[in-house]
Amino acid sequence: MSKALLYDSTLCIGCKQCEAACATQNKLPYDDKVAAESVQSEHKYTVVLTKEDKYMRRLCMHCARPACASVCPVGAFHKTAEGPVVYDVWKCIGCRYCMVACPFAQPKYEWQSLNPRVRKCIMCPDRLKAGQQTACAEACPTGATKFGERDDLIKEAQERIRQNPSNYVPHIYGLNEVGGTSVLLLSGVAFDTFGYPKSEKVGETPLPEYTGRILERIPDFVPLWGLVLGGVYWITHRREDVAVAEAVDKAKQDGGTR
Amino acid sequence: MKVKLTFWKLVFVVIMLLGLYSAYVRYVHGLGAVSNMTDQFPWGIWIGFDVLCGVMLAAGGFIVTGAVHLLNIERLHSIVRPTVLTAFLGYCLVIVGLCFDLGRPWFIWHQLIYMNPHSVMFEVGFCVMFYTTVLFFEFLPNVLERFNLKTPQRWIRNVMAGLVVAGILLSTLHQSSLGTLYLIMPSKLHPFWYTPALPFFFFGSAIAVGLAMTIFESSLSSKSFGRQLELPVLIELGGALLVVLWVNALLRFEDFFHRGQLGNIFKPSYEAYFLWLELTLAFIIPIALLSFKKIRRSPNGLYLAAVTCLLGFVTNRLNVSVTGFETWVGHHYLPKWTEFMITLAIISAGFALFGLAVKYLPIFPQEEHAVKPALQFETEPVATAVLEHAGD
Repeated sequence: MSKALLYDSTLCIGCKQCEAACATQNKLPYDDKVAAESVQSEHKYTVVLTKEDKYMRRLCMHCARPACASVCPVGAFHKTAEGPVVYDVWKCIGCRYCMVACPFAQPKYEWQSLNPRVRKCIMCPDRLKAGQQTACAEACPTGATKFGERDDLIKEAQERIRQNPSNYVPHIYGLNEVGGTSVLLLSGVAFDTFGYPKSEKVGETPLPEYTGRILERIPDFVPLWGLVLGGVYWITHRREDVAVAEAVDKAKQDGGTR
Repeated sequence: MKVKLTFWKLVFVVIMLLGLYSAYVRYVHGLGAVSNMTDQFPWGIWIGFDVLCGVMLAAGGFIVTGAVHLLNIERLHSIVRPTVLTAFLGYCLVIVGLCFDLGRPWFIWHQLIYMNPHSVMFEVGFCVMFYTTVLFFEFLPNVLERFNLKTPQRWIRNVMAGLVVAGILLSTLHQSSLGTLYLIMPSKLHPFWYTPALPFFFFGSAIAVGLAMTIFESSLSSKSFGRQLELPVLIELGGALLVVLWVNALLRFEDFFHRGQLGNIFKPSYEAYFLWLELTLAFIIPIALLSFKKIRRSPNGLYLAAVTCLLGFVTNRLNVSVTGFETWVGHHYLPKWTEFMITLAIISAGFALFGLAVKYLPIFPQEEHAVKPALQFETEPVATAVLEHAGD
């Protein structure tokens, strides 16, 4: 059911048609100057990186369990059933926790704006709803970026590695990283060559679980801790009451015996 | 009344003017113009210091009110009011700091309607909001007493125990949650600081800092306002601080040991230098100082131990929020001068408001219960009180 992108860097020719299509789709400026920029930014959601004769795309990975969506205090990000992780700008308060939390450093910020927004690839959710593929996949002349069902794309990626093992690093990046992503990558060189964090470093645990483990204890913790604190108050003040009562009793007894 | 321009008064005015200019840059030209924050470093000192340290430095409030109202340690009563004042001002200034840092501070109220219970930030936001309210009511008796309003004073006295319990509950939650914020970044934060125990360390260090801050603030008050130093109280706090520091230090050691970092912290590296700066200031020096009975019983010794301890845990928070990310990012972050100025101006405003409150409210009731002359010449006494304070 869930859609995904498969980017096979061995098929990429570095033509940057995906960059241009992305800019058009998101109504961003795109010219030679922007094309030459080799970093993602608030006006460049995807970039084709070049190292010698190798290419690699960077874009939002659209995690199955996104850190950005989990950390946002106002729930401005959410993962849609179709796959994209989308952003509701009208909710955003600009805390930038999403940017700090993202293991792939994908959310970018409009630092120069007075009403800044978080910017990142949102996987063309409107096109997906209309039954179309993403703008980048449509623009790709070689099929390096391919759109489809995630399950199908995984099978295809495995098949490509199996048929041409010498062409590929034997790993589908995004299959299990941080619990799986909706962008899958194939490469002939190590993924960290192009800045992707090492698989063993990001791990396979969905990131929201790290904070969830603590947060889920709060409903139990609050009444218990409250009870303890109330108990302490009761005991210490009870002691005081008892002391007073005893003093009064003693005074009465003294008065009685006299 | 003569307006005397002292050195510290001048410093205060200069800081406030530069802060005002920085605020202008922030709201007219945006975050990019005022700060060195980038896509790689989305959180700078406004989070690392103003929020993380601000909340930590205001921890004295829940500790001292808890000790007096729950544990019924009557002899600490004299420091409750100044400590609550410090805490209340601290939280108010954290919120002011947030209004500079948030990209869209005018939507801060979205917290109340678009709630995401899976977000640690949401939890922190709510706790800070409620706890600031609690602190407001704990602080209110000062104002009510000043204007001799007996009935509402009685109301607050009746619910004080509830307020204190709520305050401790909320503080336990959000002091630790500031550490939980970083649990979602196992691959980004340096292993010296990334540990599943972060929430516990943030809470434990908040207790140490709450005690140290109370010693610091009492010492300053005695110097600036010519108050008698409650030395026996401070000695007691110093003793408690020593115990809390030992517990914190042992837990940190255990954590390094269990995560196999003990070898790494002794290997020279950029992070190791900052880690040792933190550990030396937060643990080694104050524990060494407080271990000597003679130092623990002297006002200057206590003051020195408290100040190094505060600096140590401030370093800790900055290490978690800045140093620990520099390797992952691949470059350093140094705040822009306007970023510093906002932070400095907020701190200065804190000192000023403290001085103002002491001047006009019965914060130190024993010595100042005589009704103050009316609020004539507002600015002058403010600045003096403040600057005398800052001067220390």
